Parts: sequence; C-alpha cells; structure tokens
Amino acid sequence: MAKSLVAEFTKGLWKDIPPFRLVLGLCPVLGVTTSMKNGIGMGLATTFVLLCSNMLVSLLRKLIPGKVRIAAFIVIIATFVIVVEQMMQAYAYTLFMDLGVFIPLIVVNCIVLGRAEAFAFKNRILPSAADGLGIGVGFTLSLASLGAIRELLGTGSLKGDVFGFLPYDFANIFGTGFQPFDFAVQAPGAFVILGLMLCAMNLIPSK
Amino acid sequence: MEYIELIVATIFVNNILLAQFLGNCPFLGTSKKMETAAGMAMAVIFVLVMAGVITWMLYAWLLTPYKLEYLRTIAFILVIASLVQFVEMFLKKSIPALYAGLGIFLPLITTNCAVFGVCVLNIDKEMNFMQSLTASFGYAAGFGLALILFAGVRERILLARVPKPLQDTSIALITAGVFSLSFYAFRGMV
Repeated sequence: MAKSLVAEFTKGLWKDIPPFRLVLGLCPVLGVTTSMKNGIGMGLATTFVLLCSNMLVSLLRKLIPGKVRIAAFIVIIATFVIVVEQMMQAYAYTLFMDLGVFIPLIVVNCIVLGRAEAFAFKNRILPSAADGLGIGVGFTLSLASLGAIRELLGTGSLKGDVFGFLPYDFANIFGTGFQPFDFAVQAPGAFVILGLMLCAMNLIPSK
Repeated sequence: MEYIELIVATIFVNNILLAQFLGNCPFLGTSKKMETAAGMAMAVIFVLVMAGVITWMLYAWLLTPYKLEYLRTIAFILVIASLVQFVEMFLKKSIPALYAGLGIFLPLITTNCAVFGVCVLNIDKEMNFMQSLTASFGYAAGFGLALILFAGVRERILLARVPKPLQDTSIALITAGVFSLSFYAFRGMV
C-alpha cells in the first residue's frame, strides 16, 4: 500500500510530468512564466486545487452519476478555485495581481479535469491524493524551471520569494557585462523556449 | 471609431492566442489539418460571442446587485457549459448542416480557456455592454485568424523533415513562437 502511494506520487515528477509528458494545460505555462516567482506561485495554487479536487472527487465517486460527472467535476473544481482566489487576494495580493486572469482559469485547466476523470473517479482517496500531489508538484517544478530560464535570460538575475517566504536573490549571474535577452520574457520567447525544453525532454528516453 | 479601434486591438495587438496565451490546447490540438482548424475557429466565434454577452449580463444584472461577485468563477463556467450544451442541442434540431460542420468541436469548447478567459477579461477591464460584445467578437476572430494561418503552416511542416526530438508539439511550439513574433509587429498600433 505504502509503496504504491509513493509510486503514484513520483510518477507525476518524471514519468507523467505535465506539461512535458502530458501535453495539457499549456495556457498558464506560457502565460505566467515571465519569472520564477510567478511560476512557483501559479504551480502551488494549481497543486492545491488538484489535491483538494482529486480527494473530493474520489470521496464522492460512488455518489456522482456517470452521466453528469463532468458537470459535477467542474463544480467541485470551481469551488476550490474560488477558495484559492479569495485566499490569494487576502494574503498574497501582489502575486494575485501578477497572475491576474490565470487564477480563475485554473478551473478550465485540462490537467485538473483530466486527473479527476482519469484517476480520482476510479481510485480510493489516498492514491488519489498522492496522484494529485505528485502531478501538482511536477507541474510546479516545470513552471518554476521554465520561469527560471526565462527570467535568467531576460533579466540576467533571479529574484523573488515563495508566497512571502523563502526569499532568494541571485543578481547578475552571467556577470555585469551581460546584455539581457529581452526576447525571453516577451510572448514569442515563451513559445520558443517551451518548444526547446520539450525537445530536450524528448532527447532523454522515458522508461 | 472607438469600436473599430477595439476590434483591431483584440484581433491583432492583443491576439488571444499569441499575445495573451489563452486557448493554446485547442490551438495545438486542432491545427494539424485545415478542416479541423476551420471547424474549431467557427465554433469558437459562435460560442464566444454568445458567452461574452450572457456572462456580462449575468455579472452586471445578477451578481453585482446582490454582492455575489466572488461567485464569478463558478457562475461563469456553469453558464458556459450549459450554453455549449444548449447550442449543441439547438443546432442539431434546427440547423443540421451547421451542426455537422461544427460537430465534435462544440463540446470541446467548454474547456477552452479562451472562452472563459475573455469573459473574465471583459469584466476585469470594466467594459460596458457594447464594448464587451465587440471585444468578444474581436478576440474570437483573432483566435480564428491565428488558428487558420497556423494550420496552413503546419500542413507544410508535416511534409518537411524535422529532427526526431523536435517532432510534433515541439516544432509546433517553436513555429507558434515565430507567429507570435510576427504579431508582435502590431504592438503600438492602437
């Protein structure tokens, strides 16, 4: 039991890591990753929704009739998205303003709905929680790494914090003579860098 | 004049796919063939204009007077989901030809973040009724334009020899980056 829980958790970190192995939910990936800080914030908000919705869907899976399951999932997910929205507005206002429309958009993120449909609706609560947490952490890692690459190339330094905790500040990593590569933090750079990261992931064989 | 400006801004300058990053899943998913791209573009224009108008009315006339603004997310997604269902049933009964054309793309629109995103953006920018109608149409037309142009390019890429790790989604994303760069030229126009 414990071993399979670990397996459910770790598959989200590498084997099924979104959005590289599961190409879903690309909008926030492209939209918010202008800095590592925003990437981490968005990733954690999505993780919370994924974990809670997976657990609730799994608890209610015997009560929800199969025909209206999608509508039921959407209502459950939307409820947790509102919780996140209100919490962030109260406690992390600047991050809330930076992420803007992408916070309510978690409700239509295909990853969350996809996990409810493909996993939580068929499994018990503990594996579902492990699955949600694993996929969520994997998503956060992807967003953070894409955000870090874009911020580094675009500004030459990494600066920020995680919800007001854990501040980090690495100024001028490439030396003071580095000319920022503005393309990376602009819209076109998001597509190109994500495409190249996907290519790099494809070079490493998945087992 | 104000409305022409708004249309140009929403189609080109703030293109929903390439500048705002909304609706990228169907953008990559349905752009492999021109036919599916055109079907998706039509369906999005149709639903987005209706959803933009209905959610604006819901927000202005029901949620705001009763101070229920925090229910926006759940109210909008339910409206969009039921609207899509309703449109599907209506078209099936009364305009079968159009239904056959849009076909499987209609249900997919429920989870298209472009639709939901535009409804939320209209509210966030505090637009009035006519402005949000115009903006919804503009964003939808921009979505259609980018999707159809992109599908044309992608059909050509299928014939080219792409290195193995770059194939499929990876090369599509890089192409989208080049597209986004060309739409970037419209910046500063409005």
